[in-house]
Amino acid sequence: MSQAPVLAMRGIDKSFLGVPVLRSVDLVIEPGEVHAVVGENGAGKSTLMKILAGVHTADAGTIELGGRAVSFTHPLQAQHAGVATVFQEFNLLPELSVAENIHLGREPRRRGLIDRRAMAERTAALLSDLGVDDLAPAAKAKTLSVPRQQIVEIAKAMSQGADLICMDEPTAALADAEVELLYRLVERLRDKGVSVLYVSHRLREIFDLCDRITVLKDGERVTTVDTADITPDELVTAMVGRRIEAVFPEPLPGTETGEVRLAVTGGGNAQIDGIDLEVRAGEIVGLAGLQGSGRTEIAEAVFGIEPFTRGTVAVDGETRRITGPRKAIAAGIALVTEDRKAQGLALNQSVGANARMVLDANARVHSRARLARISGILSSLDLVSRGEDQEVQYLSGGNQQKVVVAKWLAAEPGVIVLDEPTRGIDVGAKHKLYAVIRSLAAEGLAVLLITSELIEVIGLADRIVVLHDGRIAGELPGGATEQQVMAYATGRSPA
Amino acid sequence: MSLRRLDTTALIYLALAGVVAIGGIAVAIDGGNLFSTANLVDMFTRTSLTGFLALGMTLVILCRSLDLSVGYTAALASMVAATTMDGDPNRIVLGALAALLVAGLVGAANGAIVSFLGVNPFIATLGVGLIIKGYLDTEYKGPAGLVPTAFQQFGYSRIAFVPVSTLVMLALAAAGIWFLRSTRTGHHMYAVGGNIDVARMSGVRTKSTLMTAHILCGMFAGVAGLLLAARFGTGSATEAYSNLYELDAIAAVVLGGTLLLGGRGGIAGTVAGVLILAVLDTVFNVMQINPFAKDVLRGAIIITAVAIYARRQLSRTARRPRFAAAGTAADTGRP
Ligand SMILES: Nc1ncnc2c1ncn2[C@@H]1O[C@H](COP(=O)(O)OP(=O)(O)OP(=O)(O)O)[C@@H](O)[C@H]1O
Ligand SMILES: [Mg+2]
Repeated sequence: MSQAPVLAMRGIDKSFLGVPVLRSVDLVIEPGEVHAVVGENGAGKSTLMKILAGVHTADAGTIELGGRAVSFTHPLQAQHAGVATVFQEFNLLPELSVAENIHLGREPRRRGLIDRRAMAERTAALLSDLGVDDLAPAAKAKTLSVPRQQIVEIAKAMSQGADLICMDEPTAALADAEVELLYRLVERLRDKGVSVLYVSHRLREIFDLCDRITVLKDGERVTTVDTADITPDELVTAMVGRRIEAVFPEPLPGTETGEVRLAVTGGGNAQIDGIDLEVRAGEIVGLAGLQGSGRTEIAEAVFGIEPFTRGTVAVDGETRRITGPRKAIAAGIALVTEDRKAQGLALNQSVGANARMVLDANARVHSRARLARISGILSSLDLVSRGEDQEVQYLSGGNQQKVVVAKWLAAEPGVIVLDEPTRGIDVGAKHKLYAVIRSLAAEGLAVLLITSELIEVIGLADRIVVLHDGRIAGELPGGATEQQVMAYATGRSPA
Repeated sequence: MSLRRLDTTALIYLALAGVVAIGGIAVAIDGGNLFSTANLVDMFTRTSLTGFLALGMTLVILCRSLDLSVGYTAALASMVAATTMDGDPNRIVLGALAALLVAGLVGAANGAIVSFLGVNPFIATLGVGLIIKGYLDTEYKGPAGLVPTAFQQFGYSRIAFVPVSTLVMLALAAAGIWFLRSTRTGHHMYAVGGNIDVARMSGVRTKSTLMTAHILCGMFAGVAGLLLAARFGTGSATEAYSNLYELDAIAAVVLGGTLLLGGRGGIAGTVAGVLILAVLDTVFNVMQINPFAKDVLRGAIIITAVAIYARRQLSRTARRPRFAAAGTAADTGRP
């Protein structure tokens, strides 16, 4: 190509506290290209992106943008140089409005003063241009649902008029309908000649959207290929270094559906109503539905965060008044929350302290065996860390999620509610987690699985309960089709 | 129920009205008149000193920082002003500028320690405060300098029952409200206090924002120092810092609805907080409540107010209910 590449990173090295995270990584992105960077949790994808965004500074290597050498020490410089970034972690200020968040650091001014009118107008224009005009520019970010917040972040990046937009797992919090929206936005950018650097663990998106793929493994670039020249299986093999079956694991032999372990009858509160739900020992029940349909609200009610105000809950045949998480834990219920940073982890504490937290807080006896189990659980989930002493804030996103799962498994619950357990987890680890979920069922736990990825509920659940607008819209057997689930989820009934 | 709809600032002014009403009634039952000229003068006089300190404190607290050195900074500024003026009316401007400059430098030191060295603001500003105290105690064994009569007017003259210093405080408050709302730096203080990493990644210059907040806070303390000098007619250090003005200032900020964790609140609320404290103190004074009971009451009122804000904040973040509380499954709030 005659044109200079939009981005050329060459020989990038980066260590944190002496531990190398990136080793001599090259990345070249052409104008108008959608370029995927894939790799396992901890491979260094986010670190590479943060170097490009001016958050971290590389130890060695060069960065050229449009043929000009640059070096950034502050994110502002990257923005000025035409690089916009959607970071993996949520990056909105809850107390600021949508408009203020989108323009943060670049507020429009008139005679040196912030021009709020212009800010609101530009935001409205931007949002309607992006096809999300139901988002009010004046709404505070904290009042938005997680996927809406993600959309705002994407809008923020797109509003910067950048030549290169980096997106680090932009769909991790999105349901399928919103993923569609993102697809359209990426296509639009490509048409305008804007390049996109796209990080995702969802292979389907990689193959739908991206022109070329760079694979990172353990901080090194394995290969860069044209998407057309590689199959999903080959890609996974390149990422993980071994072959992985692309299908969901079968139920383990000896898994038996037994007594009802969790029974909700007529449950309801301000967000959900008329919830009748039974999960038996050894059973995996999937909760499907659009964002905001009440899936997370059910999880929170079962676990006592926002308790049911109507109806009854019985665990192992015994009626329980679950008014708070402690009661829920005492009843043998565990919840892997959807928002790991806010609700799942003490970020500045060690992996070990986090994994032991539920045990520490609730177990009367501290059996050595139980504590030993934690190490076993962590390694069974393939946690990549520098040992149990490492603070979880320095783990990659996917590895943080594994610590949350481990912490609950350590409590040996009878009922486990998993709210988006695979968010941000790489393919290899996902498969491990699927196997873990199967083994939980085989051990006689009742599993309630919430996930935005329809294919996961369909592949794993024995029964699928579909929610719509706070109520149960219908129930389907495992292995139902996506169309059937979506029909219930959108409030129609399948013909 | 309708109280929930009000934004926090409106609620605080409502609380202020309540405090005035209840105080007025209590004083009346006691046989006095809270709204007599003497009492009004007393009340407004109390607002200016705490007000200056609380305005600056609002800025640093919005940034999720703190300044425990303001009392000492004010003391230092009063010394600088009084010794520079040294009784010469021609040196008033010079003295005032010198005081503001020194106070601004103290603020800059605080800001630099907090943002560049990463020292916790509590410790950083406490340390700076102690350094200033040590300097003042060794350098000046008593009052020093002389404030010309012309400048003492700043401490004593008033228009009707409102002291000039209070008017200056209110003017600065208005400027502060404008600053927070209309300038990028002011606006970015909310972002820095909300989440400094997010702010930085969004391209906000977080360090210079923090620096600005601390420098302004120092300069507000400098204005407070000028007021002290004008009132005492001389530079008097111990008088200034032994009163723990910084705690009053923090109390006023928090009473005014600014989150101690940063990112939320504002100066309009702080002004109400200052007024509430002033009304309380005047009421206690008029009713001759003993100092111990007075402190207990003040403490209880501050804690109650903050507890109420905390509750409101909890219910605010909650989602709008989709189903009515009763068993009737009415779809509310949806067309
Ligand atoms: N600030 C930091 N300090 C120390 N170590 C860090 C820091 N940031 C990242 N790391 C380490 O660098 C490695 C790469 O992390 P990175 O976040 O880039 O991975 P990733 O490829 O984005 O993974 P994921 O898919 O889970 O998001 C991890 O082992 C992580 O523990
Ligand atoms: Mg990452």
